[in-house]
Amino acid sequence: MYSQGLIGADGRTTETPEFLQAFQKRIDAEDKIEPKDAMPEGYRKTLVRQIGQHAHSEIVGMLPEGNWITRAPSLRRKAALLAKVQDEGGHGLYLYAAAETLGVSREEMTEELLSGKAKYSSIFNYPTLSWADIGIIGWLVDGAAIMNQIPLCRCSFGPYARAMIRVCKEESFHQRQGYEIVMTLAQGTPEQKEMAQDALNRWWWPSLMMFGPHDADSQHSDQSMAWKIKRFTNDELRQKFIDATVPQAEYLGLTVPDADLAWNEAKGGYDHGPIDWGEFWRVVKGHGPMARDRIKARKKAWDEGAWVREAALAHAEKRAARKIAAE
Amino acid sequence: MALFEAVLELADDHLVLGHRLSEWCGHAPMLEEDLALPNMALDLIGTARTLYDHAAKLEGRGRDEDALAYLRGEREYRNLLLCERPNGDFAHTMLRQLYFAAFMQPYWTAALGSADETIAGVAGKAVKEMAYHIRHAGEWVIRLGDGTEESAARMQEAVVELHPYTGELFEEGAAGDVAELPSRAVMRGAWTATLQPIFAEALLQMPEVPYPQTGGRSGLHGEGLGHLLAEMQSVYRAHPGASW
Repeated sequence: MYSQGLIGADGRTTETPEFLQAFQKRIDAEDKIEPKDAMPEGYRKTLVRQIGQHAHSEIVGMLPEGNWITRAPSLRRKAALLAKVQDEGGHGLYLYAAAETLGVSREEMTEELLSGKAKYSSIFNYPTLSWADIGIIGWLVDGAAIMNQIPLCRCSFGPYARAMIRVCKEESFHQRQGYEIVMTLAQGTPEQKEMAQDALNRWWWPSLMMFGPHDADSQHSDQSMAWKIKRFTNDELRQKFIDATVPQAEYLGLTVPDADLAWNEAKGGYDHGPIDWGEFWRVVKGHGPMARDRIKARKKAWDEGAWVREAALAHAEKRAARKIAAE
Repeated sequence: MALFEAVLELADDHLVLGHRLSEWCGHAPMLEEDLALPNMALDLIGTARTLYDHAAKLEGRGRDEDALAYLRGEREYRNLLLCERPNGDFAHTMLRQLYFAAFMQPYWTAALGSADETIAGVAGKAVKEMAYHIRHAGEWVIRLGDGTEESAARMQEAVVELHPYTGELFEEGAAGDVAELPSRAVMRGAWTATLQPIFAEALLQMPEVPYPQTGGRSGLHGEGLGHLLAEMQSVYRAHPGASW
């Protein structure tokens, strides 16, 4: 999903060729770039954009899954889902902290999300319509996120790479948990199996879109690849995801909703049908079915929580003043 | 069966309050609270699960934790009214948590020596969790009570609204006295001792309550619980006999 973080990224930079060359040398030597190191402005901006978008995705991503916490069909599932959604919030916190090392505050990033200036992954603009969606999201959406994020563990920017190591461990747990939910449904009653198939039908294509546009249409990939912010192209990662996921669906006895899906012996991977890029761009540009609702929900929580944050600040100030007065 | 009933009452308290806290997930005033509220919800739901499982075994009629949680209606639920109160604003939620945890902390401490091993085991874990809930909710009650004019007014309003539900904490349940669980009435001293310094620092008045609200232990609830259960039980009940 975080390939989408580079859409519209401005990697332009105005440093001298010598500076850029020296920086590139460090990148090529697999040196980790740390917050206080000199870095090209384009590098910094690209990372702020990508990490910020990644953080926002975690936060907005709490909403579609949170939609089922109160209806989870067993106490075990309820606890597991609650813990999972909490993990996503934790990832958000982690990532905001990583972005803050680049000189942008969490508050600024939040304002950008709420004003619509900053984006988040297109996948969270689809609704969760049944319990099966919770399984499918864990399996496909977290699965796709892992494909994107495993290479990010080797991202050239140290704080982001380190955050990704922990995030990936948790995501891979979520993915197994999601798959296990879907497996239980696939082996359950006919209604449960139908619920699982319906969820797969709805989430399959949006999950493939998480990897971002085709390489040919991905304008900013080259610079990001050179800076080792990105290690694989969108199409490479998408292919890896499809190749890993199709056999998993077959094992469950579910059908991937793509009539053109076929094993290609020569390339050692699956060929797939055309992705609806019209839908992709529509959703990326903010016209997804849940786009307005998601931002409204975030804005409501933020606005209604304003008095709490103000009170916490006021209390801390009073406390500090009393301490000074007592000394 | 008295022990079964008494354990079920406790389990209902924890599930219903845990469910209420979980409603905040993704909607809290700040990201830190989006992590803390589910954390507390998970503690309570975890305790509820162990208690339901224990109750089911005590009953011995083939029901399991989910049958107890998902197949009883509001008249059969035995939770305290305090636990089902709607979240309201953040001040209400924190005060409700403080009231409950300040009771459960001494209660579980007393239950550490229960002859029932499961109850003693739950108590061992819950004592630590309740200490954290008291600290977390108590700090917020202080911040909000002694924060801005608005937060102080909201905090006092929460006290006025929720205090009438606290008397029920100390009533022995419909199950009556059981040897394996502590007596509830004796917790009043410890409860008040926990609250007093917090209220003092939060500049809050503890009101006199001429007419306490009770009834939860006999299945006489407010109107909100039916909605909570309808939502919680909807998927489970729509697919009788299915495994999840």
